[in-house]
Amino acid sequence: MRKLFALALSAMLAASTLGGMTVSADSADVDFSNMKVGFIFLHDENSTYDLNFMNSAKAAAANLGLSEDQIVMKVNIAEGEQCYETAADLADSGCNIIFADSFGHEDFMIEAAQEFPEVQFCHSTGTRAHTEGLDNYHNAFASIYEGRYLAGVAAGKKLNAMIEEGKITEDQALIGYVGAFTYAEVISGYTSFFLGARSQCPSATMKVTFTGSWYDETAEKEAANKLIQDGCVLISQHADSMGAPTACEAAGVPDVSYNGSTISVGPNSYIISSRIDWTPYYEHAITCAAKGEAIEADWTGTLATESVLLTELNDAVAADGTQDAIDAAKAALEDGSLHVFDVSTFTVTVTDSSNVNATVDENGNLTSYMADVDTDAAYEGDTEVVSDGYFHESEYRSAPYFDLQIDGIELLDTSF
Amino acid sequence: MNTKKKEPMFHIVKRAALPWYKAWAIRGIALLLSLVVCAFVTMLVTGDDPVAVFRTMFTGAFGTSRKTWVTLKELAILLCISLALTPAFKMRFWNIGGEGQVMMGCLAAAACMVKLGDALPAPVLILVMIIASLGAGMIWAMIPALCKAKWNTNETLFTLMMNYVATQIVAYFIIRWEVPKGSGKIGIINQQSHAGWLPTVFGNKYLLNVLIVLALTIFMYIYLTYTKQGYEIAVVGESERTARYVGIKVEKVIVRTLCLTGAICGLCGLLLVSGSEHTLTTTIAGGQGFTGVMVAWMAKFNPIGMVFTSLLLIFMSRGANEIATVFSLNEAFGDILTGIIIFFLIGSEFFVTYKLSRKKSA
Repeated sequence: MRKLFALALSAMLAASTLGGMTVSADSADVDFSNMKVGFIFLHDENSTYDLNFMNSAKAAAANLGLSEDQIVMKVNIAEGEQCYETAADLADSGCNIIFADSFGHEDFMIEAAQEFPEVQFCHSTGTRAHTEGLDNYHNAFASIYEGRYLAGVAAGKKLNAMIEEGKITEDQALIGYVGAFTYAEVISGYTSFFLGARSQCPSATMKVTFTGSWYDETAEKEAANKLIQDGCVLISQHADSMGAPTACEAAGVPDVSYNGSTISVGPNSYIISSRIDWTPYYEHAITCAAKGEAIEADWTGTLATESVLLTELNDAVAADGTQDAIDAAKAALEDGSLHVFDVSTFTVTVTDSSNVNATVDENGNLTSYMADVDTDAAYEGDTEVVSDGYFHESEYRSAPYFDLQIDGIELLDTSF
Repeated sequence: MNTKKKEPMFHIVKRAALPWYKAWAIRGIALLLSLVVCAFVTMLVTGDDPVAVFRTMFTGAFGTSRKTWVTLKELAILLCISLALTPAFKMRFWNIGGEGQVMMGCLAAAACMVKLGDALPAPVLILVMIIASLGAGMIWAMIPALCKAKWNTNETLFTLMMNYVATQIVAYFIIRWEVPKGSGKIGIINQQSHAGWLPTVFGNKYLLNVLIVLALTIFMYIYLTYTKQGYEIAVVGESERTARYVGIKVEKVIVRTLCLTGAICGLCGLLLVSGSEHTLTTTIAGGQGFTGVMVAWMAKFNPIGMVFTSLLLIFMSRGANEIATVFSLNEAFGDILTGIIIFFLIGSEFFVTYKLSRKKSA
């Protein structure tokens, strides 16, 4: 009788702990005591990009119950041989799984993965895991284009409100976008953002400029200022500093942010931000490693895994009804009735120098696209990614590969 | 009116040449004092045990054999750049363009790896890369040297500007060779084939760089101390007029010395790209073209002394990285400690050259 009572009690306890934690169910009865986890970050907490990763790492460690000496965080690791040396050093010190957060770390993580086959190497934003054929090297990303689309919905609602208030005409609904490089991740980001905005405000157009750096506060600020002078009435960005949000606040232009809320510098301009939460991936990969299970070569977080998040809406700036519009679009994305890159919602112009891998019908709608999914130095298109009426982003590998130039978006410079 | 002139408490007297052991005793005391100040600052700012901080720094630089080798590798690169700059500075030619000269060497090596990696057999490719890197560095140093010799242009500004030009040229080629498209990154060049990678020696990938720089250190010591050219450099540095008077062709010495400086910088670029990094970035030289100036000055242009000054700086930066991890301190803390130590070491040179004597009261 007493035994039974004890059993019932422990079962109840187990159930209540489970319910209280955000840990995915498969990590509940896993022994993490032998795990040591290494993290490699490009910068330190002063960069919004790295801060987002560092917070996720800490959250994952806390959720899994890892003690402080089970995690090692290495900051300011350059995208060079230093990354390999740091990864090897972490492996030497007994780490069984090592994460790196920056795109340029990839080649050096692969070097380390080849040298330490018993250690798991997980690289966020990389593209090569599915072609490298290493059992212990993995990529991860998230369907952030869906988050961008939803942030775009908020932008479209704001443009509509500005038109209704008579601040701008329909033709003046011009968005400015500060990009980093003409890289697929950036192109996929601004295109999905634009499509989200245009789903609400059909007359919207967009200008994009590139800074040639993932983190350059001055350049991002200048770029935003130039876009505002060129007549852009709403700004968004794919770059990691406070440059663009600061410029928007000063000029009184609404801003849709990235990587996290920037309301601290833009209380009168910040609308909303999309970001990737890496906690679900970290928990998943560490759990797999602890159980000795294989980690996927490519792991793509989604709205459903809560990897793609929107930060809190700033009601002081956002238009009325924005939250409802976002909720509706999010529900449609989740039930599959809406696709961000639905080919009927945009047109593409194919010329000798742009969109060469695309095929379009007489209306300019995309019918076929050979994407460079298997990264190579010749940028060769190798995988058909258009089917069932939409462009399948982040399905053939986790990192984005949408790099089309669609009509309605003007690139001001492409030197980067 | 007070007719008596007020005397200062101390006055500064230039010393006669100190015996070497006294000079080194002064430097040693300065180093010890700097460590005491570092310990004090550490306790004051962080509350951490200063001994633990220094022990952690030592672990960061020499904790495992891998860490020791990486320290040696970084030491080799910084020492190589410092050795390259030394003859120019000894000649009082203010070459602060080491950064750009190294970068052009890097670019030349990377270009050979990207464009000729598949076309040439390994030994030929390496030979081509050596010629290209040394040549590129040499050209980059020759341009300001020729202008200085011909038109007496200001070499400090000229070499500094050449750094920026080199950075932009490298940035251009990174965009040309980027993989994947638009990413602004080259990544590891020839990661599969290892074409154009310097060979490993005795199974150690860092040893070759270290050996090459070791040989270079000995060469530079002999060149500066025992050769006619080394002597000419010293004379031009002391006084151009004396040099002309004794029949040294100053222009020729300037151009020849800068050729040597540039070529060694180019070699350093080769060691960086082909020997260790295997990639090309705009920050590949990492400011060491400037740090090298400090290394050379602190060692009074003595190549053997430069081994120790560069070791000190590399030790501090490697240690700082470990501090950042273990104590969750920002890496800037390591820079603060380095700054304190360098301040004392440079300050000690004052006391080696001068002494303070107290005025005896009348």
